[in-house]
Amino acid sequence: MNQAAPALRWTTFAAPSRFFALSGRMVPWFWVATLAFAAVGLYIGFFVAPTDHQQGESYRIIFIHVPAAWMSMLIYLVMAFWAAWGWILNARMASMYARALAPTGAMFTFVALWTGALWGKPTWGTWWVWDARLTSEFILLLLYIGYIALTEAIDDVRRAANAGALLALVGAVNIPVIYFSVRWWNTLHQGATISATAAPKMASTMLTAMLLMTLSFWAYSFAVVFTRARAIVLEQESDTDWVRATVLGTKEAKR
Amino acid sequence: MSGLLISVARRDLLLARRRRIEALLPLGFFIVAAGLFPIGVGPEPQMLRQMAPGVVWVCALLAAMLSVTQMFASDHQDGSLEQMLLSSQPLVTVVLGKVLAHWLSSGVPLVLAAPLIGVLFDMRAQAIGYLALTLLLGTPILSLLGAVGAALTLGLRSGAALVFLLVLPLTIPALIFGTGAVGAVDAGLSAQAHLSLLGALLIVTLLGAPVATAAALRISMD
Amino acid sequence: MSHPIVSSAPGAGLLAAHSLACRRGRRLLFRGLDLQLERGSVTWLRGTNGSGKTSLMRILAGLSQPAEGEVTWDGTALRKAGSNAHQAIVYIGHSNALKDDLTLAEAVAFLAVLAGLDEPASRSRAALAHLGLSNRVDAPVRTLSQGQRRRGALARLVLDERPRSWVLDEPFDALDAASVGVLSRMIEANARRQGAVLLTSHQAVQIAGAREFDLEPWRAAS
Repeated sequence: MNQAAPALRWTTFAAPSRFFALSGRMVPWFWVATLAFAAVGLYIGFFVAPTDHQQGESYRIIFIHVPAAWMSMLIYLVMAFWAAWGWILNARMASMYARALAPTGAMFTFVALWTGALWGKPTWGTWWVWDARLTSEFILLLLYIGYIALTEAIDDVRRAANAGALLALVGAVNIPVIYFSVRWWNTLHQGATISATAAPKMASTMLTAMLLMTLSFWAYSFAVVFTRARAIVLEQESDTDWVRATVLGTKEAKR
Repeated sequence: MSGLLISVARRDLLLARRRRIEALLPLGFFIVAAGLFPIGVGPEPQMLRQMAPGVVWVCALLAAMLSVTQMFASDHQDGSLEQMLLSSQPLVTVVLGKVLAHWLSSGVPLVLAAPLIGVLFDMRAQAIGYLALTLLLGTPILSLLGAVGAALTLGLRSGAALVFLLVLPLTIPALIFGTGAVGAVDAGLSAQAHLSLLGALLIVTLLGAPVATAAALRISMD
Repeated sequence: MSHPIVSSAPGAGLLAAHSLACRRGRRLLFRGLDLQLERGSVTWLRGTNGSGKTSLMRILAGLSQPAEGEVTWDGTALRKAGSNAHQAIVYIGHSNALKDDLTLAEAVAFLAVLAGLDEPASRSRAALAHLGLSNRVDAPVRTLSQGQRRRGALARLVLDERPRSWVLDEPFDALDAASVGVLSRMIEANARRQGAVLLTSHQAVQIAGAREFDLEPWRAAS
């Protein structure tokens, strides 16, 4: 890094070219943070945190399940925010952020569902239970898939971004309603089913481990989303001079 | 404003009436799909009675989504939609008129056919009554949400299939409250809470969906 | 709440484009374009195929947003100008906005409703008579020839006598010689009343006082 880093203002990432230049330098550090937090978090979670007297060792999957679920929710809101920003203020970079966030959010949702199933099997004997939280996560996955499907189906870049923004906002507004109705539905059909994802009482080490894993996932998200956003920038701005120069420059360096 | 709404609704209903067969396809689908369930899972009355509200509601959801793209597709193709966007009259009112026409031509037949399905599923009279009531409140919600989906997917090749994916998750609360009401009545409990929630959902959707649809139309026509 | 505006509201305003740029896909078609539709003017928009004539007209009408610059109506941005502006701008694109399954009279009457006019049915018949279609007013649009449909589409220009800004994309297409004459007189009448007309045409334009506007100087090098 031999260039003087330009002062970071809130508009720094507004221009695609600026974003591209700065993010290139930041991404490696995000990967470092991801691995560092994950190493410490997993160590505490798997070796230091005490055994739960009810669920034994199998509960330890929550150190991945819960942070993944939190990230899946957070990313949807961030995605909706950037998409709306790009739509209302006609900001291209904001729309590209939203587009880059969606697959990562969907991935975390899928991980949350999958780890939820892995947790359920040894604890309750089934691969899937329709409890409120897992059902809501499933619906969230459908919302992500809908957003990705819509933005991919529209060829015109701006229409795709704006349509996605409206859809994401409609989804964001509906999420509380959906969550409430699913919990309602769950209590109606309660019977003898107890929530498969009831977390054990939290020892402080457990909480620490979960927070560290959350930070790791957060850094991971930045790394992956920025990388994806860089690819989107190159694709959508491909007719500009600076992109041509960048691509040519890379070709030169490789020769 | 109500004059415009009635004019738009009347026009759409007139068009549907001149293409009567096409307008009745969702109803046909509804009856066929619901009728497949007893054949698929067996005719035992107790089981059918228990699954009836869910089956009827899900088939109604699917039937509503089938016809929803027609709300804007034809107008989009012949340039009428452009004129609606350019009109000095509020687009939200035009959308409401179209949703009203869609509900009258697609939703109400489902409400009227539901008791027939209820009988096929050996439902008790009181349960059938509540089923029809929940559909009466729920089918407008489906038309309203479907309009948003149809507007977003305007002119897309895979539009019809996309609408299912985009809109069905949003209809889940209505599904839960609707089937919950019938289930409560069947178990001898009061359906008051469910119906209130369903009614509230209808009001909120009525206020929000036309605005979102108008915005989506402008985005799709840009 | 809007009510049909009959004759007192101002019709003619100034539609103007300032530093307009238009994008198609990733290319810029034109940029820095300035254009004013003066009251009483008739402007023949010229340009090669694909140069962006239709895109420019759609932006002027308010259907699309430009990549750069803005469109104003009497000085205020068109987006914020309100229903008066939309009332005063008439856009006729390539499609006729007439529904196949409606009769000609019904279709044009609906366009009158969208324009906020009272007595749509009688205005519709009068306008169609002006274009020589009296004997076809009750025929379904589906049964008409291309030329008749185009004339039917043009009927909305004479639904009332108020001067307006007309944005017409290929209005003379598919018209026979007599109808070309009728339309030319309609355009001249609108201009005389201090309305404005912008049109494109492949055929030579025989209208008194028409000036040409060439898109060429504003084409963006791609």
